[in-house]
Parts: sequence; structure tokens; C-alpha cells
Amino acid sequence: MDALDDLRTTFFQECEELLEVLESGLIDMNEGQSDDETVHAVFRAAHSIKGGAGAFALDELVHFAHTFETALDEVRSDNLEASPEVLQVFLRASDMLTDLVGAARDGTASDEAAKKALLADLEEMIPASDEEEEEVDFQPMGLDFDFDLDGDDEAESGDAEEADEPASTTRRFEITFRPMSTLYRRGNETALLLRALSDLGQCETVCDAAELPSLDELDPEESFLEWKITLDTEADADAIEEVFEFAEADCELEIREIGAAATDEEPGVEIDAADADVSDENVIDLSALTDIDDEPETVETAEADAPEEVVQEAVEEATPAGAAEAQSAPAAAQTSNQAPANAPRPTIRVDLDRVERLINLVGELVINQAMLSQQIQQLDAAQAPEIMDGLDEFKQLTRDIQDGVMAIRAQPVKPLFQRMSRIVREAAQATGKTVRLVSEGEATEVDKTVIERLADPLTHMIRNAVDHGLETPEKREEAGKSEAGVVRLTAAHRSGRVVIEVSDDGAGINRERVRQKAIDKGLIPADATLSNSEIDNLLFMPGFSTAGEISNLSGRGVGMDVVKRSIQSLGGRISISSEPGRGSTFSISLPLTLAILDGIMVGVADQSLVVPLNHVVETLKLTPGNLRTIGGTGRVVTVRDSLLPLVDVGYELGFRPKLDDFDKCIVLVTENEDGAQSAVVVDEIHDQRQVVIKGLETNYGDVPGISAATILGDGRIALILDLDTLVKGAPPSTPELAMAG
Amino acid sequence: MTLKILAVDDSHTMRSMIKMALAEADFEVHLAEDGLDGLKVLEGLSPDVILTDINMPNMDGFGFIEAVRKQDALRDVPILTLTTESAKEMKQRARDAGATGWITKPFDREKLIAVIRKVAA
Repeated sequence: MDALDDLRTTFFQECEELLEVLESGLIDMNEGQSDDETVHAVFRAAHSIKGGAGAFALDELVHFAHTFETALDEVRSDNLEASPEVLQVFLRASDMLTDLVGAARDGTASDEAAKKALLADLEEMIPASDEEEEEVDFQPMGLDFDFDLDGDDEAESGDAEEADEPASTTRRFEITFRPMSTLYRRGNETALLLRALSDLGQCETVCDAAELPSLDELDPEESFLEWKITLDTEADADAIEEVFEFAEADCELEIREIGAAATDEEPGVEIDAADADVSDENVIDLSALTDIDDEPETVETAEADAPEEVVQEAVEEATPAGAAEAQSAPAAAQTSNQAPANAPRPTIRVDLDRVERLINLVGELVINQAMLSQQIQQLDAAQAPEIMDGLDEFKQLTRDIQDGVMAIRAQPVKPLFQRMSRIVREAAQATGKTVRLVSEGEATEVDKTVIERLADPLTHMIRNAVDHGLETPEKREEAGKSEAGVVRLTAAHRSGRVVIEVSDDGAGINRERVRQKAIDKGLIPADATLSNSEIDNLLFMPGFSTAGEISNLSGRGVGMDVVKRSIQSLGGRISISSEPGRGSTFSISLPLTLAILDGIMVGVADQSLVVPLNHVVETLKLTPGNLRTIGGTGRVVTVRDSLLPLVDVGYELGFRPKLDDFDKCIVLVTENEDGAQSAVVVDEIHDQRQVVIKGLETNYGDVPGISAATILGDGRIALILDLDTLVKGAPPSTPELAMAG
Repeated sequence: MTLKILAVDDSHTMRSMIKMALAEADFEVHLAEDGLDGLKVLEGLSPDVILTDINMPNMDGFGFIEAVRKQDALRDVPILTLTTESAKEMKQRARDAGATGWITKPFDREKLIAVIRKVAA
């Protein structure tokens, strides 16, 4: 059932958006930065999740969202103050709702105990009377949205169908129906009601026009007609009442069953406009009104005497809420009229595949443009300035199109940052610290895939910041700091990259301890002389964190080395800076997109290759002095007292036999994902440029040493090196040496 | 006769659901995201029936119904509210604003179509 699957997908996508609105609204409320509209938006988010969940019969989600929504409504209607305590419960409920949506989507179980506890907290905020009323009004959803029906005519006779009953005895009803002018003002139509009645059975309709004034006195806005209908039907009184469901408050209506002996004892049912209410309860409990039937004449006499206006007044009196609402409704419309300035910009949803295809095509366009430029230049077209001008324009347009298409995949980091506020809350709770998360630059846009893959490393960094970065409230007080620690999360565009920083105002890195720990673990020699920055970077070394020291919060089996690897796999870099007593900052620099790579073009054995720039630490010329042989064949290069394994790319990739003479070769000192450095030998360096990444996996599978390819301006293909597999496959693979400080 | 329906709901899921259900029944379905958007769509449309949610940003269902009823061309068009609860107060407010009737969410396709046909002239 594709249609329903699509709807489910839409629903869960929408849930994500609504949960964001919910959480950010609650955070704003918590920080005292909210207005009425914030509260309304928060309420609507919970309400919409409930509504959608009901359509898919996700009862658990419906139930929780309903209770949450009811509690939120207490705040919305000013019955409950949004105190910090209340907001803490709401924030936790928002987290729980996120979990429940996830559980409903993935078909997994949710934390039953936590849910119950939260429901209890929420229910405490709801006055008992409200709760009862809601329980009556709110029906857990049983109706499935059935798409299997093939649109036959069944639905057209819906009313008649609902009246379908096993009893096949025909009963006779006498119906008196006198519409009031309000019936027409609300878009109801007498003819339709009469038609619906005739659908129920045999109808005899008589119109009483006795009160109809002469044409010159006739007020077309008023109602003067009355109908008497005799209906022979197999349907019961409920079915007839349902016909008048929307009209009952705008008419005088009497439904009497006459004739059939079997139902003689059943009293007739009359709804008087003055008694009518719009609730379902009255429709169900019509028997409660049957006492009116004892004195039908009295009622009818009263009606006959009463001018229509009086009856109408009676209706309004019978529903005092109506009068109050009539005043508040325009007010509501007025306030809502002020909102358009904040109205969201229109958006469309596009299948990601289509965007991917467009990006691929633009990649082709960029390559094609480069090839065309090169060919035209070779033709010596400089003599035809029009061609050169046109070419320049073409170049510019191509670049603009490329930027534009990349922008389609770009998304603001806001949702990602919002997820972090939950992480901070949980981490603060687990550690007993008071923490405030400050985020900046939430509108900064980054490629969708980058955002998705950034969630895990960022989560870990935030946990680290709270757990290891910030001091306990007592220690903060001793240091003369405010009790609440601040974790700052910022995003910004800097020189064509995105920089995301996680900083804390804690004690900073204890460098002496870090150094000692690295020595204890054999990561650095005991006599190593390290700069502050080098010590800080020890945190990224594999094996630096150990299970024994991992707290139950940040210790989820990953250390900062894994964080660094994740960032590098996104083509990014991570660095630390720290100031004793003032805190630490982890800075991640990422490419704007994964479709384009910053690379260094190198030449090896007449081949052009691309080395990803983010892996390159430095370049140097190889001299016989800094080349050594160890273990017979293994070669290493000395770079500032470090011994780095030498990787002969030409040989490793099968372009040429093993080199004996490395004279005049150039070395790129590279750092791979686990932090190990290597000396990659190439013949020459051409230039640094951005290349469009073309995947090889579809056609060639996984090729060790090669991550992808790109097409150069002259049409040649250049392979993009995968330094991780290249270095691992190259003898001598001596990571110990690589790590030696 | 193909009925022209305008459905106003801020939930993308609900809009898709209504559109799918009604388009299958050969209705001509127009969609809007909130009351203001609904009014904009109505500038070029004269629907046979309007369906509207109540809780919406920018202009809620009550404001929308009142605004529709103020337009001469639309004062008689049947307007059905889509509500999650069959709460009394909600229905009364909608009626005061000028709503014709209501459909309680969640609804199945049959019920939706039956209620629309019930009020459509």
C-alpha cells in the first residue's frame, strides 16, 4: 500500500518539524523569551502530532500527545503558570514525545516506566474536571484511513447506510421542521436536509407558508417557512436526527414516531431549539429530553406565540459560552491577523533523488565547462574576444548554478543544535551540574549529509563538555564563577568552510595530567618535549581514553579519536584550544558540501592524482639525508625527529615498479583518520583546486587506495586517493613509529 | 458534477490525506496551509465546500470562517471544521463564527465524503 506508506513518511517527517517547533518554543519559554504565539505554536505542535498519529491508529503516541496537549492548553489558557518546574516537565515530555515518535516510526518499544512517570506529572497539571470532560470527548482513534476502497458509490449514500439496521420493519415518523434564519447564515440548506430525509425512505413533504409576508414586506434574510414531513422508513430516530446534526441548533425540530404498534411505548423525541445543544452528548442522550414530550402542545403553543427573534434569543441564552466567544472570536482573528509578518516563507518538498540527480548533472556541467574552456584556449580563440567574453560569462554562470544547486542541499544547523539542548539537559541531570546551553549561528547552512553525520560526534563533544569540561557547582563557586556552567555551540561560515565550535567555560585542559596519562599509556616517551597545543592534541590519540576512567555519561565506548575520525571522514578538521581556568574550545572546520573536494593535484608516473587537502599536513622535498631504511626493505623518512613510513604511491597503485632512488621526489606528510602520519611520495605537485567527486563504487566496487575520481578540464580522469587504505596497505606499516612523538 | 473543495490545514499529513481521499472520489481539491493562505486561495476560487482545521498559525479556523462569511460571494458556502475533539466549546465557537458543521478527526474516507455530500448543494 504505497499511498499509505507515503503518508506515513510524510507524517513522520512532519513530526520531526513539529518536535523542533515544540522544543525550541519550550526553550524560549524557559528562557523567558516567549510571547503568546510561542505558547500557541507549542500547543499546536503537540496537537498536530496527536491528530496525525490518530489517523495511523498510533494509540500510545496519541494518548501521550493528548495528555501533553491538555497540560499545554492549561498554560495556553492562563490556568497554569509556566513556572520553571512546569517547563522542566514539559521539556522532558517533549523529549519523551520525540522518543515515542521514534518508537512508532521504527516499531520499537519505548521506556514504559519513564512514560508513566511523565504522564503522572502532566496529569497533575490538569484539573480533574477538564480531564473528565476530555475523557468523554476524546475517543481513542479506531478508524483507519482506508485507501483500499476504489471510490465506488457507497460513500454517496452514507446517511442511508448508517441507518442500515437488521430490523426491517417500516416505521412512520412525523417530522416538523422550522428553520431559523441562522441556519442559512451558517451555510446549511433546507433542500439538502429534505433530500437527505428522502434518502431514508418514502417522504411526504408539506410546506407551510402561512407566515410568508407579501413580497414588499419580505426580508430575504429571514426565515418564514415550516415543513411537515411524513417519513416511512426502516431507519430509526437516530438516523433522522443525524440528518439534522448540523442544523439542530438553528431550527425548531420535532421528530415523532407514529403508527407502529411495536414501538408504541417508545416516546416521541423532540428537540426544541432552545434546548438543543451542539454537543454529541445531547444527540446521544435524547431520551433525557423526552419529558418535553409530555406537554407537546404547550411547547408548540409557545412557539406559535413567540416571534422568531425571541426564540433566537433563547438559543443564545441557552449557550452562554456563545456570547462570550462571539466577542473573543473577532479578537482572536485580530491577533492572528498581526502574524503574517512572521509567516514562514513558502517551501516545497522535493524528493532527494531528484536533487542528487541535479547535483550530478551540475557536476557534469562544471567538468564540461572546464573542458570547453581548455579546448577554446588551445584554438587560440583569444583573437575573437566575443568568444572569450562568452566563455567568461559561461564560467560565471556555471559557478552560480553550482552554488545554487549546492544551496538546495544545504540546511540550517538549527535542528541539529536543538537536538543538543536535550543532550545538555540529560548530561546536566546525570552529572548534577547546572548547565546553560548557548547556541549561535543556528541559521548557518550546511550540506544535509554533513548535518546528519555530524550528530554523533557533536553529541559526544557536548557530553564531554558537560562531563569533563565543566566543574562541579562547588568548584565553580570556589573559582569565583557562577554556579551555572555555560556550554556554547556556534556555527559560522569562514572562508568557504563551515566552522562549528563547542566551548565550555570550565577549568580548561589540565595539561600536566594529560601529559602524564599519555606517558603512562606509552603514547609518548617520558622525556618528550611538547608544546601546549601538542599536549591538547593528545586527547585525539587512539587509546588515550580508557574504560577505567570513562564516566557513565560520556563513556559510551568512544573517545575523541573516534570523533576526530568522523569529522575527517566528512572532509573536516578538528582542533582544540584551551585556557586554564577559562575553558576549552573544540573547533570543527567542514567543507560546505560533500560533492566537491579541496584537493592537491599531484603527478605520479605520468598520472594525475588528487590528494584530499584536509589530510595533508605539509609538503617537503626528499633529500638522501632524511631517508632511512629499516628492517631491510622498509623505508622511513625523518621529519623533525619523527620517523614516518614512506608510501610509494606509484608502486602501491601499480603505475610503476618499486623506486630505488627517491632523489628529487616530493613528500606529502599526510595524516590519516586514526591520526597516524605518513610520508606519501609523489613526483610533482601541480596545483591546489576544487574537484567534482565522481563515485567509482557502482562500476568498480571498492578499490583499495582510491576513494573516487574526478574528470579534469582536458577530459582526463584523475583518481582521488584514499589515504587510509593506501597507507595501511603499504609496507612498512609501522603505526608505532608514526605515533612516536 | 465534480465538487470543488478547499481544505485548509496546517498539517502537511492532513492535507495529503484529505487530498488523496477526495481526489480518489473525483473531487477537485485545493489546499491551503492556514487561514490567511486559505483567503488567498479563495481569491481565485469559488469552492462548493470548505474544510478547515481550527488550530492553525497566522489565522486560525475561527478567524478564517468569519473572514469567509464576510465575503458576499462566500456567505452561503458550506464550511466544515476539522477538529480532533468533539468538544462542545470548540463546536460552539466554530458555529458562532459561521461554520456549517464539523468532522471529527480522525475520519475515514467514507465519512469524510459522506459529510461533504451532506452539506454540498
